[in-house]
Amino acid sequence: MNECVNTLTPWERLQLIRHKEHPTINDYIPYLFDEFYELHGDRCYGDDSAMLCGLAMLEGRPVTVISHVKGRNLNENKKVNFAMPHPEGYRKSLRLARQAEKFHRPVVCFIDTPGAFCGVEAEERGQGEAIAKNICEFMKLETPVISVVLGEGGSGGALALGVCDELAMLSNSLYSVISPRGFASILWKDASREKDACNMMKITAEDMVRLGIAEHIIDEPIGGAHVDLCKTAENIKEYLLGVIAEKSQKSIDVLLNERYTKFRKIGEFEIRQKEELLDSK
Amino acid sequence: MLEDIFKVVKTRFNGKEAEQDVVSDTTIPENIMFKCPRCRTAMFEDDYIRNNKVCTSCNYHGRLSARERIRITADKGSFKEFDRDMISKNPIEFPGYEKKQEALREQTGINDAVITGECRIRKIRVVIAVMDASFMMASMGSVVGEKITRAIEYATENKIPFIAFTASGGARMQEGMVSLMQMAKTSGAVARHSEAGQLYITVLTDPTTGGVTASFASLGDIIIAEPKVLVGFAGRRVIEGTIKQRLPDDFQLAEFQLEKGFVDMIAERKKMRSVLSHLMILHNYRPEEN
Ligand SMILES: [Zn+2]
Repeated sequence: MNECVNTLTPWERLQLIRHKEHPTINDYIPYLFDEFYELHGDRCYGDDSAMLCGLAMLEGRPVTVISHVKGRNLNENKKVNFAMPHPEGYRKSLRLARQAEKFHRPVVCFIDTPGAFCGVEAEERGQGEAIAKNICEFMKLETPVISVVLGEGGSGGALALGVCDELAMLSNSLYSVISPRGFASILWKDASREKDACNMMKITAEDMVRLGIAEHIIDEPIGGAHVDLCKTAENIKEYLLGVIAEKSQKSIDVLLNERYTKFRKIGEFEIRQKEELLDSK
Repeated sequence: MLEDIFKVVKTRFNGKEAEQDVVSDTTIPENIMFKCPRCRTAMFEDDYIRNNKVCTSCNYHGRLSARERIRITADKGSFKEFDRDMISKNPIEFPGYEKKQEALREQTGINDAVITGECRIRKIRVVIAVMDASFMMASMGSVVGEKITRAIEYATENKIPFIAFTASGGARMQEGMVSLMQMAKTSGAVARHSEAGQLYITVLTDPTTGGVTASFASLGDIIIAEPKVLVGFAGRRVIEGTIKQRLPDDFQLAEFQLEKGFVDMIAERKKMRSVLSHLMILHNYRPEEN
């Protein structure tokens, strides 16, 4: 549970996420799991290095791991396309989620992406369809799904791994409809107002809990996850063990109903009184 | 009602007589020109409208308002609107969001970017959702997400098909993360409608992009696109910015999506009622006599 209040501004948290020492999924895996076998390919087009999938042992319980992959430097980031998947990345994740369902394994998704890749080939291979299919199929996946935002979660490319029974955020992580830079550039036609956008978009872990999008905040050490990787990983692991044990006890019908309801109730609207209505004739 | 003065055009569909309205019969002052965004041909606005807003030169199927779409799609007098009075709040307190919406409501006569309801298409009962690009580029926020979800849930409960006429610039950024979550909400409703064995048809209209392409627009059992409409995930300018070169004119058009395997067919507006009703009949939905 959250022991101390996080006083960092959203902008300061964004700087932490961009810190070159900020841990990636590859740093966490040895601490979280006893074994990890990476599984490659979407069986259709290719293998996407921006999406890491595999089989892991979590304290004696097999789980399927699906994660965006960031690099720690420019070279690493070029290899993983800066954690921006192509359609085959999403199709790989769906293939392995279905495999997890077959073998009654929980799925653990780690979100850490600026968004799905925007490019000619991504369009040609159906980026929209690939993300849509993930979202729709995860909604009815008959096994527990837990998602954890490690750093940044950006737009539909993040949500593709975010349809889950419970969403947890690392205490400095951010989850947004578009990057603060994109937000400033589209809504204010001024990308240099990135910092203003970041601070007003309501994208922190606390905001996500308030909006009903996340259920849990995982503590990072003071100074950020990189200050004590071992401790951060321990906190993630403790959370996963608890939530997986809890969700695994539920019947599939209950689990799927609760998953549907979790998303069903998000939205802020009202019904305007008749007399206030505009005459549209 | 304006409807009373719309021309009724008698069209023959496979020997059967059917009534179909043209999109609009308002008098257009002479000399107002429409320039086609695809072939750049200029034509009289009057001719364009009389051709149901289809380019007379290249067959580009232009944008319709939701009301115009309903008028040429639903059997006359059969449309019953759902949730007409629903309006959005301001979940991230984006400055000026309420004001902007208020102005658009006045300007467009609709409360948000989608109209949903139940109607008949050649006597077959169906639930439809029609997006309207004139309201904030039909971006998807709380109201669009909620109205579409309710419409699909109604179709699931009543065991009737659902047809979405999509158009969207993507997520409603002014509503922050709440808007992104509407992708999950609507897709969840589609999943349940599908598991209940009901038919879902999407009709992609100009332009269908972003979060709507990456959710319910791509999930139809059958995906139809109108000719020459824009369909894609990422915006053209975003991609051009990444690759530092101009994309070909036909990139992300309906015909491109057909070639790449992401739409089932391209259907012309004047045949849409016929196509939709026949597809429903092929799924064992029957016309009802009143
Ligand atoms: Zn034209």
